[in-house]
Amino acid sequence: MAEINLVEAIRQAMDEEMERDENVFVIGEDVGVRGGVFRATVGLFDKYGEERVIDSPLAELTIVGVGIGAALYGKRPICEIQFADFIYPAFNQIVSEAAKMVYRSDGAWFVPMVIRAPYGGGIGGGLYHSQSVEAFFAHVPGLKVVIPSNPYDAKGLLKSAVRDPNPVMFFEPKKGYRLIKGEVPEDEEYTIPIGPAKVTREGRDLSVFAYGMMHHYALQAAETVAEEGIDVEVVDLRTLYPVDRETILESVRKTSKALIVHEDNLTGGYGGEIAATIAEWGFMDLDAPVRRLAGPDVPAVPFSHPMQEWFMVNPDKIADAIRDLAAF
Amino acid sequence: MTLSNALKKEMFWVMLLARRLDERAWVLHRQGKIAFHISGIGQEAAQVGAVYAIKKGKDWLVPYYRDLAMLIAMGMTPSEFVMSLLGKAPDPTSGARQMPSHFSMRHANVVSHSAPVATQSPHASGIGLGIKMDGGDAVVLTTIGEGATSQGEWYEAVNFAAVHKLPVIFLVENNQYAISVPQEKQMAVNSAADKACGLGLPGIKVDGTRVFEVYEAILEAVEKARNGEGATVIEAKMYRLTPHSSDDDDRSYRTREEVEKHKKQDPIILAKEALIDEGLLTEEEYEELDQKAKDEVDEAVKAGNEAPYPKGEDAATPVYAEEVNHG
Repeated sequence: MAEINLVEAIRQAMDEEMERDENVFVIGEDVGVRGGVFRATVGLFDKYGEERVIDSPLAELTIVGVGIGAALYGKRPICEIQFADFIYPAFNQIVSEAAKMVYRSDGAWFVPMVIRAPYGGGIGGGLYHSQSVEAFFAHVPGLKVVIPSNPYDAKGLLKSAVRDPNPVMFFEPKKGYRLIKGEVPEDEEYTIPIGPAKVTREGRDLSVFAYGMMHHYALQAAETVAEEGIDVEVVDLRTLYPVDRETILESVRKTSKALIVHEDNLTGGYGGEIAATIAEWGFMDLDAPVRRLAGPDVPAVPFSHPMQEWFMVNPDKIADAIRDLAAF
Repeated sequence: MTLSNALKKEMFWVMLLARRLDERAWVLHRQGKIAFHISGIGQEAAQVGAVYAIKKGKDWLVPYYRDLAMLIAMGMTPSEFVMSLLGKAPDPTSGARQMPSHFSMRHANVVSHSAPVATQSPHASGIGLGIKMDGGDAVVLTTIGEGATSQGEWYEAVNFAAVHKLPVIFLVENNQYAISVPQEKQMAVNSAADKACGLGLPGIKVDGTRVFEVYEAILEAVEKARNGEGATVIEAKMYRLTPHSSDDDDRSYRTREEVEKHKKQDPIILAKEALIDEGLLTEEEYEELDQKAKDEVDEAVKAGNEAPYPKGEDAATPVYAEEVNHG
């Protein structure tokens, strides 16, 4: 086992999948010679050439629209959107085209593709390099939405996403690209199935549901409050769509209290779906109201450091929310 | 390649069959038997001329919703179209999920498309990219109305195909109206073909009412694309002889005199005259063909009426590829 960071895990997944299947190719802005602005495609251009590591025009709908066409033809595109904030020009292609292709053709056509995008704040990126966009896509049948929180999962989930016959939105917590490190097998092939959530910390007193960077923070907060005698269970959702309801409800059955954490805005955020799931099927197990800790309802993350920190959910804020819920 | 006499007559037959089928759809709508029809009347020459310039089954077609004659030329049967008009279960394009005229024929490389305009154009470039990656010599023909060339998606698709020298023919069917909005409010250039120059591609204009002229123009672009010389934008200009759709009333935005004037340039009449001039068709033979077309349409409507509707719960699947047996 070697310890690598999150972005290296993603790079390795793409490298291995390109090696395995010559139909897999990467298309995006600066993914070629530059190796990606976050260095996620470093080395791929030299190894696979400009035909399979394509520097696209600076146009996100081109990246996705051309990717869909290539997938219809039989290729396996990995489309990189440089920042999730820039995905909106491709929204029509993702929602009207990729997501609906199987349904609208009664199964005749399908779109095996991955759309990768770094998301999330706390990196001084201001309004347009910090956004969380998962809720827009976790509303759309026909898409799968995956957000890894650590290198091991990132590698295994991305490999599954490349092999999946459907369009998979793969959002990567960019703040964790180099911050989050973990053990990944060096010579052993593995994948992680899209769908199942994972209990990453067992506990009795309450459940925290999170994903991406917030899952990383939730584990830190759980350690902090453990010293105060609060025994927290942490669930990494990993796949937002389709959601793993059973793992969520099982955890609530055990702890009777639920806190959902995400850095996207509160209103209409993904946490609402989890809260509704628990309210609908886990109500009798609850000892306290379901709580959500999320980004405030302002348009996006501000640039200036104090305002950014005001916006961002962090381990301290999560620990406070845990204490509050534990005391209910 | 010069068209054989037999092929010319076949092309005329396809145009005529598509016309009679399209006309019947209007009648069915006015009788209250179908909910919606979007017409290709007036565009048959461009559509049939284009299809005969590609290799069916090998090349790819990424159409738009006015391409009924194009799909008939590709092998869709009148009864298959009627199934979609009626929303009946055997509709092969979408299992009656889509509105009529949202085509798809996977076995013939005709790609499923949607209603938001120009979304299909980048798909054509992506298919062209796949062909180029594999070193193949297939080409992609994609169509669009002139109004939709105002969309960024069309420009981005053409730009990408130009940058990568992809084997794609972007055929613009300029029928002069986008619902009610005339061409001069869509673009400041005289022809959508003129837009190609700014994107680094040749832009060709052709009379879209004359089927054999369209065939020649498309064929030249197809041969270029097949030889690795890249994409072409072609505008075939014609006139939309009907309202936009069965829900439209074109009397609110254009005069009857204007429409009547263009009916003299009806591509069916022009093709018929051309064949008669060449001695390939007589009035008698035309009457026989016309009757045959009407009979086939009658049969198609009969088959459609007898076919079952899908069950409501059929709408539950397939959403994901795993739910489909691609056997």
